Amino acid sequence: MTPDTFFALAEGLNGGLTGQEQLFCALTAEASDFVRLNHNRIRQAGSVRSAALGLTLVAGARQAEASCDLTGDPGQDLTRAQDLLGRLRERLPHVPEDPYLNLSEDPWTGETRVGDQPPDARDAVAALIERAEGLDLVGIWASGEIVEGLVSSIGHGHWHQSQSFNLDWSAYLSGDRAVKASYAGLDWDPRALAAKVEAQRQRLEVTARPARTLTPGRYRAYLAPAAVTDLIDMLAWGGFDLKSHRTRQTPLLKLVRGERSFDPRVTIREEHERGLKPRFTSEGFEKPGAITLIEGGRFAQCLVDARDGKEYGEAVNASGGSPESVALAAGDIPQPRILERLGTGLYVGNLWYCNWSDPNDCRITGMTRFGTYWVEGGELVAPVRVMRFDDSLYHLLGDRLEGLTAERDLILSPQTYEGRSTDSYLLPGLLVSGIELAL
Amino acid sequence: MEQLLAIADRFAAQAPPCDYWTLRLVAEESDHLSVRQGVVEPSALGYSLGAMVTVVSGGGLGYGATSDLSPAGLVAATDQALGWAEAHARLGLFDAALYPRSALQAEYRSPLTQPWGNLPLVDKLALLQEANRALAIDERIVDWAAWLAYRRVSQLLVTSEGGRIAQTLDYVSPGLVAVANEGSQTQRRHGGGADWPQQGGLERITAADLLAAAPRVAEEAIALLAAPECPEGRMDLILLPSQMVLQIHESIGHPLELDRILGDERNYAGTSFVTPEMFGTYRYGSALLNVTFDPGIPGELASAVADDEGTPAARERLIRDGILERPLGGRLSQARSGLPGTANARACSWDRPPIDRMANINLEPGPGGQTLADLIGRVERGVLMDTNRSWSIDDSRNKFQFGCELGRLIEDGELKGLVRNPGYRGISAEFWRNLDGIGGADTLEVRGVQNCGKGEPNQAVYVGHAAPPCLFRDVAVFGGEE
Repeated sequence: MTPDTFFALAEGLNGGLTGQEQLFCALTAEASDFVRLNHNRIRQAGSVRSAALGLTLVAGARQAEASCDLTGDPGQDLTRAQDLLGRLRERLPHVPEDPYLNLSEDPWTGETRVGDQPPDARDAVAALIERAEGLDLVGIWASGEIVEGLVSSIGHGHWHQSQSFNLDWSAYLSGDRAVKASYAGLDWDPRALAAKVEAQRQRLEVTARPARTLTPGRYRAYLAPAAVTDLIDMLAWGGFDLKSHRTRQTPLLKLVRGERSFDPRVTIREEHERGLKPRFTSEGFEKPGAITLIEGGRFAQCLVDARDGKEYGEAVNASGGSPESVALAAGDIPQPRILERLGTGLYVGNLWYCNWSDPNDCRITGMTRFGTYWVEGGELVAPVRVMRFDDSLYHLLGDRLEGLTAERDLILSPQTYEGRSTDSYLLPGLLVSGIELAL
Repeated sequence: MEQLLAIADRFAAQAPPCDYWTLRLVAEESDHLSVRQGVVEPSALGYSLGAMVTVVSGGGLGYGATSDLSPAGLVAATDQALGWAEAHARLGLFDAALYPRSALQAEYRSPLTQPWGNLPLVDKLALLQEANRALAIDERIVDWAAWLAYRRVSQLLVTSEGGRIAQTLDYVSPGLVAVANEGSQTQRRHGGGADWPQQGGLERITAADLLAAAPRVAEEAIALLAAPECPEGRMDLILLPSQMVLQIHESIGHPLELDRILGDERNYAGTSFVTPEMFGTYRYGSALLNVTFDPGIPGELASAVADDEGTPAARERLIRDGILERPLGGRLSQARSGLPGTANARACSWDRPPIDRMANINLEPGPGGQTLADLIGRVERGVLMDTNRSWSIDDSRNKFQFGCELGRLIEDGELKGLVRNPGYRGISAEFWRNLDGIGGADTLEVRGVQNCGKGEPNQAVYVGHAAPPCLFRDVAVFGGEE
């Protein structure tokens, strides 16, 4: 789908609107290649070409939404979209007026293109398999084009197109002993891939040592940026969205009420300006370049989507209540010195399967996974068998936070549940004086 | 379905030159209605239509998926599949000749008494408004909502060997939530079918007690605010079916998936503590533990006539009298591993390929017809837990921790007061051996989950679980706060 065909489709629908009707047309499309690997061979490979149209029809204060897949054939798609519009027209008289209807009334337009043509998936995967010779590699290659578009009958016109790749893989020794790596971005560099595979091989040498089993208790620890993504994902689950705050469901309720606090070095921002996501919402609002969510350990601002904004009288600043391009401010510990600063304790490469243990206390449980090691005298000594933690973020980002690394990792989400994600994280590592291991 | 049949016939007439092909066409329609705090939220109609072409060619396997079902669109998808088959033939994990071939001709329709369209939109919204009024019983209820979700999936799988499997699955999923708050304590309670999904039509609304459940849901949310924290320590635990669903799902269903055992999922969903040599001898749980793969339970969420590789679905015993018998793996995984399996190669939609999934994984009721009261009567000190709210387990599916919405103390064989934030943790390989009581057939509840995530690329599917209440001994139980 091109901008011209999408805009023409929307114009075709707009042309049939009656006097008081307004229509917002949203497009999501992707042309993706997926290659699944196991034992450093191709397990399952294929391509997906999809496009979906979302319609919001408004008449007066009534609104209804619908979506359908598109074929790519202009005539067929217009017929399908007109049929969808007809269903919305039939529905609209039967729904009440919506007090929280909130669509942008200030039309604006824009077109952004991010990234160049990614490498041919077959070539990239063949290069990986060759580079990883001898490794028990398992993972996923995903690449291709992602498009989001928006046209409204009152003049909005947006096109956001990105080309990217995301290679997410692990190298296994035996059982669950493995080292995880990822290489994702807009510009493919075979040397970067080679460096990552080589670093993985080196880390596997440590992983091959006899594993230690820890007993439950509190351990001094360093959480690498990849592990911090899981903690941030939990905060994203109701931590920042306005509705959760106003209905007192947010896990940060005690922070907001002043009963608990984060360390003053904790500053979290939503950085829409990072560019992987479009700057428009599906209701036509423009997302600001950045929103400070937590500043100096105190709660700052909520994310406000269009509906919540109307309900609670706040300005719209997001597509939804969860961050899409989140950043945690860097600290002052140089990454190369992190093991030295840790001294003796736990190096956590990745966390896994986090969930709330007690959301009222911002208490999370989850597992260590992949490259997690015991450290003594500033050196990785041995891998550690997986352990369950159960601890509050008021400790890990609060009274037990010793520092954050000066360098941050840009991590592009490998998630593909509702199509390929364009979410990203910019995160440092965390040094904490203790994390509670429960099992 | 007629539209899908026409597309399939057209495709078959221009079938690609290859060793074997399948075309899986999926049409899906959905509707979502919700009323929150007495305000009707925007309704959302959905229509999806697409196809996946899978080819076996020259020793390789590949797929192409598209929403363009024109002849040209399907040719393009086929070309992509053939291209990937070529790559797979050079760099593949296995010989694509192992890919199962199906000539099955079969049809399935989920039970449906009252189609979604039988009740006008205004009546559905009126029902949800009434439920909202029944939830808003107190100022401490700070948020509340009721919803109805409809989904119909029509799927046609045709194969180059004459296979033709048509399945139509209807789901109507009602639900309620009430959120209560006082100070910095917030409690949520769900009901009205929110955690009780099944196949079916509007009859599910009555079966799930949408309206009748609303006052209780709100009252329990408020009562939990003032309830003491769940005690901490090792004690007996009774799990109601609303929590047994997750316990079975995470610590029996996932570990038995053959693709995990084969290593396919190690980068994402994880591996398994179960290894191939365990089948036939390993004691998974106490002698009371009997678990089946049963795609034939009417109305259970994943009931079907065949899986997405075209394998006819049949009931199989997974664990018999506590001994592990059979993994969950489709025919491709069976061929790769040399192990028996089940018809469970499933895809979430037209744009994702089939992988080993749970379908209906059920814990069979116990002998003797024990009631819940009988189970409670056998507990000197323990906790009963109801409705899952949190789940977490390690990548080998061993160390788990679950939280529930509501707990009740049990003392000297009697049910006592509410406790809030109840949770428990354990290790799969030990936990099921402490199973010491199972409700009888009258206590069995057919439930499931609608968000089982797995696979690369990621897929979320519906999974059915039927279970009675169960009694476990000597479990690590805990509450909230610190």
